[in-house]
Amino acid sequence: MNDFVFSSEFWNWWVILLTVGNILACWWLISWATKRRAGEAATGDVTGHSWDETLQEYNNPLPRWWLWMFHLTLVFGLVYLALYPGLGKFSGYLGWTEESQYDAEMQQAAEKFDPIFAAYAQKDIAALAADDQALKVGQRLFLNYCSTCHGSDAHGSPGFPNLSDNDWLYGGEPETIKTTILDGRQGAMPAWKDALGDAGVEEVSAYVVQLSGREADAAKATAGKARFETMCVACHGMDGKGNKALGAPDLTDNIWLYGGSPGVIQQTVAQGRNGKMPAHREFLGEHKAHLLAAYVYSLSTQK
Amino acid sequence: MSHEVVEKNVGLLALLVILVISVGGLVEIVPLFFLKSTTEPVEGLMPRTALELEGRDIYIREGCYVCHSQMIRPFRAETERYGHYSVAGEFVYDHPFQWGSKRTGPDLARVGGRYSDDWHRVHLMNPRDVVPESNMPGFPWLAENTLDGALTAKKMETMRILGVPYTDADIAGAQAAVAGKTELEALIAYLQNMGTAIKTGR
Repeated sequence: MNDFVFSSEFWNWWVILLTVGNILACWWLISWATKRRAGEAATGDVTGHSWDETLQEYNNPLPRWWLWMFHLTLVFGLVYLALYPGLGKFSGYLGWTEESQYDAEMQQAAEKFDPIFAAYAQKDIAALAADDQALKVGQRLFLNYCSTCHGSDAHGSPGFPNLSDNDWLYGGEPETIKTTILDGRQGAMPAWKDALGDAGVEEVSAYVVQLSGREADAAKATAGKARFETMCVACHGMDGKGNKALGAPDLTDNIWLYGGSPGVIQQTVAQGRNGKMPAHREFLGEHKAHLLAAYVYSLSTQK
Repeated sequence: MSHEVVEKNVGLLALLVILVISVGGLVEIVPLFFLKSTTEPVEGLMPRTALELEGRDIYIREGCYVCHSQMIRPFRAETERYGHYSVAGEFVYDHPFQWGSKRTGPDLARVGGRYSDDWHRVHLMNPRDVVPESNMPGFPWLAENTLDGALTAKKMETMRILGVPYTDADIAGAQAAVAGKTELEALIAYLQNMGTAIKTGR
């Protein structure tokens, strides 16, 4: 593909003539400047110019090495322009382009790495999670693509799930993990402030604190339970154990994505949460996601 | 004409010097204004929305370009990490472009959609909340400053003069689209749109 599509032929010739003209001008300049002239002092003699009484100028030629360098750069320029793109639309006898160089680099890498990834892709994710070599590859991929949100130790941070604790929002089966990586996830906890009111938010939150086995204001928790059973059960279930099909977290296990203090729980209930795992199918492809799933799966099975 | 004539006439010397050094620019820069791949947008490239344009100005104001480039070079090491290499047609609506020249932080040319809005919010407030190893400064004031959009329409008109195809409706609705939003929201909108015209991984 030739990238040099000008809006008119004029610019093609503009580049060619200016470039070639410039090289010829350089050649003319050096020939002109080194030519002997009539009346010039002989080589090695004083020119007759003198400054500050005794400072005299000799008529010495340009150093040979310097002159040769000048001519060599001209030759280099001509050879380069013959081999590589430079003269307008002319693409050079080597046919080199930035894109073909990139494609060759990718091709070379594909020949080397594709068979390795393809072989891993044939294996079961659970089996790969026990394969040290595969895990090493998976870990490097993880550090490159996943650690920005989930942390280099995969322990996550508030809002970004810990992947090493065997607690899962959408399910921890190997294939589910792979689906999560490839297609992403979109959390959808609505904001309940309007529906519940400030008091309602406090009550439901008190009940949620109690669900996770902690002390909470008993009266509020009781009132909250009634509200929970009308508003929250659709996703979190009667027992508060959540629903992996919806990504609704288990509220009884004292593992908190956004934080489990009463204040943060109230904030979550009032304002909702919309955690998002971006899809990686386009960017990483199946094979890498397969290995990543194995690495992530291994983090909670090795314990 | 001898060397002496040139040396002894400053005006002539200056003229000849200008002539010589302009050749490079005339050959390497001027034709780019008439080249298809540098003047025509890639398919699907949209002019920035009013909010994204304000976000771009905050990007410039905070000096993000000092540490972040927006230019993925065509090398495997870069495309594996950042996605498809950058092409000239992606930048035709950028005046000026924000290619940058230094990467203390990662390249941002295709950061759009790579992370969630939530992530950007947390990360811009205090990067170490999500990336403990990060040495990027936090920008907490962005969440407190609110945009009034007083100049947004003017900025878009200027962009239109420079060749960005904003419609009259875009410009008329600019202030309403921006007013009341925080600088943080504007910057995130700008980041989330970055490089999304080309979707393939490489």
